[in-house]
Amino acid sequence: MTKILVIAEHLGGKLNGSTARAVSAAAAVKPDAIDVIVLSDAPDAVAAEAAKIDGVSKVLTIARAENAHSLAAVYAPQIVKVASGYTHVFVPSTTFGKDLAPRVAALLGVSQVSDVMSVEGPHTFKRPIYAGNAIVTVEVDATSTVVATIRTASWAAAASNGSAPVEPLNVEPLLPSHTRFVNLQQGKSDRPDLQGAPKVVSGGRGVGSKENFEIVYKFADKIGAAVGASRAAVDAGYVPNELQVGQTGKIIAPELYIAVGISGAIQHLTGIKDAGTIVAINKDGEAPIFEIADIGLVGDLFKILPELEAAIG
Amino acid sequence: MKILVGYKRVVDYNVRIQVKPDGTGVVTDGVKLSANPFDDIALEEALRLRERGVAEEVVVVGIGPADLTAHLRNGLAMGANRAIHVQTADAVSPLTAARTFLKLVEKEQPGLVILGKQAIDDDANQTGQMLAALWDRPQATFASKVEIADGKATVTREVDAGLETIEAELPVVITTDLRLNEPRFIKLPDIMKAKSKPIDVIELGSLGVDVADHIKTIHYAAPPKRSKGVMVKDAAELVTALKQKGLL
Ligand SMILES: Cc1cc2nc3c(=O)[nH]c(=O)nc-3n(C[C@H](O)[C@H](O)[C@H](O)COP(=O)(O)OP(=O)(O)OC[C@H]3O[C@@H](n4cnc5c(N)ncnc54)[C@H](O)[C@@H]3O)c2cc1C
Ligand SMILES: Cc1cc2nc3c(=O)[nH]c(=O)nc-3n(C[C@H](O)[C@H](O)[C@H](O)COP(=O)(O)OP(=O)(O)OC[C@H]3O[C@@H](n4cnc5c(N)ncnc54)[C@H](O)[C@@H]3O)c2cc1C
Repeated sequence: MTKILVIAEHLGGKLNGSTARAVSAAAAVKPDAIDVIVLSDAPDAVAAEAAKIDGVSKVLTIARAENAHSLAAVYAPQIVKVASGYTHVFVPSTTFGKDLAPRVAALLGVSQVSDVMSVEGPHTFKRPIYAGNAIVTVEVDATSTVVATIRTASWAAAASNGSAPVEPLNVEPLLPSHTRFVNLQQGKSDRPDLQGAPKVVSGGRGVGSKENFEIVYKFADKIGAAVGASRAAVDAGYVPNELQVGQTGKIIAPELYIAVGISGAIQHLTGIKDAGTIVAINKDGEAPIFEIADIGLVGDLFKILPELEAAIG
Repeated sequence: MKILVGYKRVVDYNVRIQVKPDGTGVVTDGVKLSANPFDDIALEEALRLRERGVAEEVVVVGIGPADLTAHLRNGLAMGANRAIHVQTADAVSPLTAARTFLKLVEKEQPGLVILGKQAIDDDANQTGQMLAALWDRPQATFASKVEIADGKATVTREVDAGLETIEAELPVVITTDLRLNEPRFIKLPDIMKAKSKPIDVIELGSLGVDVADHIKTIHYAAPPKRSKGVMVKDAAELVTALKQKGLL
């Protein structure tokens, strides 16, 4: 029997969209069951959301005060207890999943498959290496538990028409107290979430300053897009780190990606390869971004962005 | 306090890697190799902690083939006190790397282990978390700020939602993110000095590490190419093109 345990990601009582993407990857394995597990101090609201995801057999919850924040050292021993009943453990490849999954894998004594982009069979997967410049097919030993992180940009979110039962669990492994949550400084924004948004406008070093970035925000708001950035723009302090797109930032797959003042380094391109349409606006006609852009426009962004706003009307 | 630093050699980040036509691997013959950028950041952080008096000794660790020595000398030239070279001709999975680090940790008793958050070849992003699990110690991944005081580490982490700060009792495994620091450049006199610093060579086979790998790579392929697009001449044309595609 193939049974997959998907670990839910959530924050502030809301399920993160990456969970439904991991469920899609689980469904591609064609398993006998997909169970989602929610660890939290108060899991009910998140569990109710997870129960709606199509293809989910049941939702398991572990309610403990220690689970108020997603500390890998605290979550991992609990997941390991539950994982013994499963052939696969899937976690979204977000900073949450990247932090947690290897800790689970190591406790189970198995290797981990990172960033699954396609399922070729119950134990065979494709994943990118070298910043996406090569795609490898890997085969996990049929007798080991498969622990994998799921590259969210490769999977559409499963729909939400289901109504799976919710089942509270009592697992009580000894939990460590050596790691404590202090705080989370969250970028407050009414804009769409970068990882799930259908449209994204990103600015690079070419934008020039934190003040100048307003022009990017303004244009993004005009078309209802999320805002992203290159590493250079983040390093220079124009925007906060959570906006970084690329190999070592967020990997995204919007329908429309507009890169403004970004040269197109391979580390950046890795983050946008799965976008539907890529538009590049750059004053240098030789910039590498034009090699992969579907639509290119050579010119000064400070002139073009206001013109675009006017032309959209 | 002693700090162990992971110092992996990888294909330089500027190299555009090519997949072999027969799908058996990537071409690494003759390509430029460098320290994993995240490991340079790890080493820099360790050196700064030593310079601030928080640590006394910084040890760089490399797991890899016999010719890794020159690479480890770079770590010594940057400022590490000594190096440990765990020698193996075989490819090492993150789990094996973590198990190897665990053996070294048991022997060296460091207060901190600093690794890169990912090596830019396999992009696995696993070794630090696995080591922390096997060692039963805290992990502070994707660090952009580290403070050590009163037997604990206060670490700011770059997470998808923003910046998270956690507190962990030493010993701790930290993995570095890009904005933790800017690594120093190696100066010529330091290269000379590094020649006399010790490198311990240990055969991986002698450590009693379980090197079983549950994952086999069966094929390598080049990624699908995006076809070259069209150029438009002005904002109006761009808007028309996007409207035609139903994107505006
Ligand atoms: C280990 C490692 C990991 C990395 N990870 C990432 C990552 O995750 N994401 C990432 O983005 N990068 C990453 N990088 C960095 C990457 O290599 C590049 O340095 C970075 O992407 C460059 O950012 P940029 O395109 O904004 O800046 P630049 O390369 O400086 O390009 C700026 C562009 O703006 C254009 N420009 C300037 N002024 C104007 C104007 N007025 N109007 C229009 N165009 C203008 C210029 O022509 C130029 O093409 C990583 C690097 C390393 C070593
Ligand atoms: C499918 C597969 C094929 C491979 N093929 C090859 C190959 O052809 N040739 C080859 O040489 N290797 C090969 N390897 C080994 C590989 O390069 C890595 O050493 C290993 O997978 C660890 O993964 P990572 O470095 O991506 O781990 P990550 O978890 O991304 O590494 C994080 C950090 O751990 C530390 N670390 C990890 N490994 C080492 C190390 N060896 N020495 C010092 N510090 C380390 C570093 O601080 C690093 O920044 C292969 C591995 C796999 C899984």
